[in-house]
Amino acid sequence: MIESALRFGHRLLPQLVALTIILLLIWLVFPGFFSMEIQNGRLYGSVIDILNRGAPVALLAVGMTVVIATKGIDLSVGAVMAICGAVAAASSVRGDPLIVTLLLAIGTGLVCGVWNGFLVSVLNIQPIIATLVLMVAGRGIAQLVTEGAILTFNDPGLIFIGSGAFAGLPMPVVIWLVFGIAVTLLVRRTALGMLIEAVGINRRASTLSGIQTPLLLMAAYMLSGLCAAIAGLIVTADIKGADANNAGLWLELDAILAVVVGGTSLLGGRFSIIASLAGAMIIQAVNTGILLSGFPPEFNLIIKAAIIVIILVIQSPRVQAGVTFLSRKSVR
Amino acid sequence: MLNNTNDILTAVGIVKTFPGAVALDKVNFSLRRGEVHALLGENGAGKSTLIKCMTGAYRRDAGTLTLDGTEIDPHDTLDAQKLGIGTVYQEVNLLGNLSVAENLFLGRQPRRFGLVQTGEMKKRANALLAQYGIDINVSAALDSFSVAIQQVVAIARAVDLSGKVLILDEPTASLDAQEVEMLFRIVRDLKARGLGIVFITHFLEQVYDLADRITVLRNGQLVGTRETASLPRRELVTMMLGHELQSAEKAVAAAETSSGPVQFRFSNYGKAGTIKPFDLDVRKGEVVGIAGLLGSGRTETAELLFGVHKADSGTAEIGGKPANLSSPRAAIAARFGFCPEDRKVDGIIGELSVRENIALALQARRGWARPLSAAEQNALADRYIKALDIRTSDREKPIRLLSGGNQQKAILARWLATNPEFLILDEPTRGIDVGAHAEIIRLIGELCAQGMSLIVISSELEELVAYSSRVIVLRDRAHVAELTGSEITTEHIVNAIAAAPGAGEHP
Repeated sequence: MIESALRFGHRLLPQLVALTIILLLIWLVFPGFFSMEIQNGRLYGSVIDILNRGAPVALLAVGMTVVIATKGIDLSVGAVMAICGAVAAASSVRGDPLIVTLLLAIGTGLVCGVWNGFLVSVLNIQPIIATLVLMVAGRGIAQLVTEGAILTFNDPGLIFIGSGAFAGLPMPVVIWLVFGIAVTLLVRRTALGMLIEAVGINRRASTLSGIQTPLLLMAAYMLSGLCAAIAGLIVTADIKGADANNAGLWLELDAILAVVVGGTSLLGGRFSIIASLAGAMIIQAVNTGILLSGFPPEFNLIIKAAIIVIILVIQSPRVQAGVTFLSRKSVR
Repeated sequence: MLNNTNDILTAVGIVKTFPGAVALDKVNFSLRRGEVHALLGENGAGKSTLIKCMTGAYRRDAGTLTLDGTEIDPHDTLDAQKLGIGTVYQEVNLLGNLSVAENLFLGRQPRRFGLVQTGEMKKRANALLAQYGIDINVSAALDSFSVAIQQVVAIARAVDLSGKVLILDEPTASLDAQEVEMLFRIVRDLKARGLGIVFITHFLEQVYDLADRITVLRNGQLVGTRETASLPRRELVTMMLGHELQSAEKAVAAAETSSGPVQFRFSNYGKAGTIKPFDLDVRKGEVVGIAGLLGSGRTETAELLFGVHKADSGTAEIGGKPANLSSPRAAIAARFGFCPEDRKVDGIIGELSVRENIALALQARRGWARPLSAAEQNALADRYIKALDIRTSDREKPIRLLSGGNQQKAILARWLATNPEFLILDEPTRGIDVGAHAEIIRLIGELCAQGMSLIVISSELEELVAYSSRVIVLRDRAHVAELTGSEITTEHIVNAIAAAPGAGEHP
């Protein structure tokens, strides 16, 4: 038990160190960063803001981690967010009960996942191409659903998902925390995690060992679709309307980045959902930090890129090997 | 030295070492003008290393190459081409999306004022191919033609560029009988024009059909060079497999098991294009050996039995009841296990730990929702690490860091953990050290004594003789002979492998 806890800590160390350093840096340029206050029974503050704004990428990163672990990638998640948001808004405008709206949006996400999974596992199309199809077509589908306009709604239940609070925390934060933990438990308390890793490392050997590879791949893309649906619900509920053109735009790239910053290899295999969530928070902390520190907005993207390059360099196998080598030397 | 004037290419004392292995150990090779010289040997014998040393793809560590009386030292394939040595590989390495003419003249297109003269190029391409009796539309893309035509285009280009020595590396592997005939006609023409031709193949038929002389390599060493006409098939196979004919005789023990009831029965089982239909009965506690040269259908047989390929004819019965073996998963459900020949590609999950690799098949059979607990996995791994003496510092070590023999034992452990009744081992002792080798053979005996039925495929004939109660011999993707009891000797196996088709099924 202690052994596995130690291994877990060791795995997460680079992400936690990076996150801590970034938070401290922001604190240096913006002393009020860690202050929090309670208004109307909920927490406010920059840290809460990071957790809240990072919700869509965190959710996408959960599904993306599993897909990447199977040696795949899902470029369509941003577009799927837009489709699911549009479906939810259309349903709400039509006057459906909240539960129907939610089920429709989530069902749409799952169907998108089935489509991607079908292309990848049955037709054996390379994942990057297979999911590119829906990435391109998805926004068109979303526009068809919204009929080209921004669909606004005022169902308080739906809006609550984006801007409500539960136990003092904004709903999006509660959702991604609960969802992330649930999926982690699902893959680690069952054999799914090991089977997914086996398929990602050596698909042929896994099939020869009796693993139902196509089903597993299908499930991974369906999970990714589910994550995109929930993320789509959150952003749609947050702005009280579905924007087919901009909802989730480029978020697939942030999600992939979160997984990579989280230390899961794009070559598939070993994965950690918790580390990807930490990666998502690192990305959001960088975003928020740059805004708070008052740099001109033109610099934002460049600074973000620079910080991410530094994180990736620190994580690279070569640098890690060098660090291990030096630390061993110093022990002697 | 007398023959020197007739030799076009000679290699003397070629040595090539790779980290941890000697790929070629002082190999001599000579090629005459107007000769087809077959270069034979099992996988890993050093054929392709020798070819690559002669064509400059590898730098040899020692030895001399002489072409046409002058010593040469090609430092890359382009250099060798200029000197006169052209090579055509099994997979045609031309550009499929370019036209036939462009492929023939790539890098040396006829030009005027710096512009390619397409008309002139087509004319020359037609003329060039006409020498080979081929009349095709040279403006069409190369990959719109059959592999055979692509081979001819590759040969035409190589001969046109080089013109002294032509090396054909398994050119017939993917051709049908008619196409092989066309290719052979062309090779004979080139031979008549005085080229020296090196021909690599796994098909003995073709060797006897085409080659004037044969050189056999084994484990990086020269076994010998002989005139084809005076080398009986049997002796050739012995040279390739490296067995003194009198060596192994049947051990007594295994023969006793061949009396029990048949547990696994495959009738007329086969798949078109993969392996011809065969009948195979396996009793409980019996080891059935499968022998044959590379490419004879050994692995295909194993994969068919395990459901990797789906049989399109015949039936399978287990204990008298029809069995569904349409996928590996179905086969595993019927308590089959399969240790594949290529561990790295088909066996190990490199980044996962020894523990996870051992637990994998059992876990896959239980399904994802019924995980083996950490304690169960640890116990399983520890048990087999101890029982099979898998040398690893730790059960959590990634399996790719283990040696080949220990990886093989871990894969074996993966199947033993599922408690199989029918285990297929494809080359279980290939590429592992002597100690592990003996242990695996001991294990095969033990498993069989416990009542497991085994199919063992091996190139090591002494091994097969030692543990098999029956040996099936394969040739040209068909089961051609079955040896039982006292018939099982290396000599009989070699005879059966070498027998000419149609010359009787039994040694």
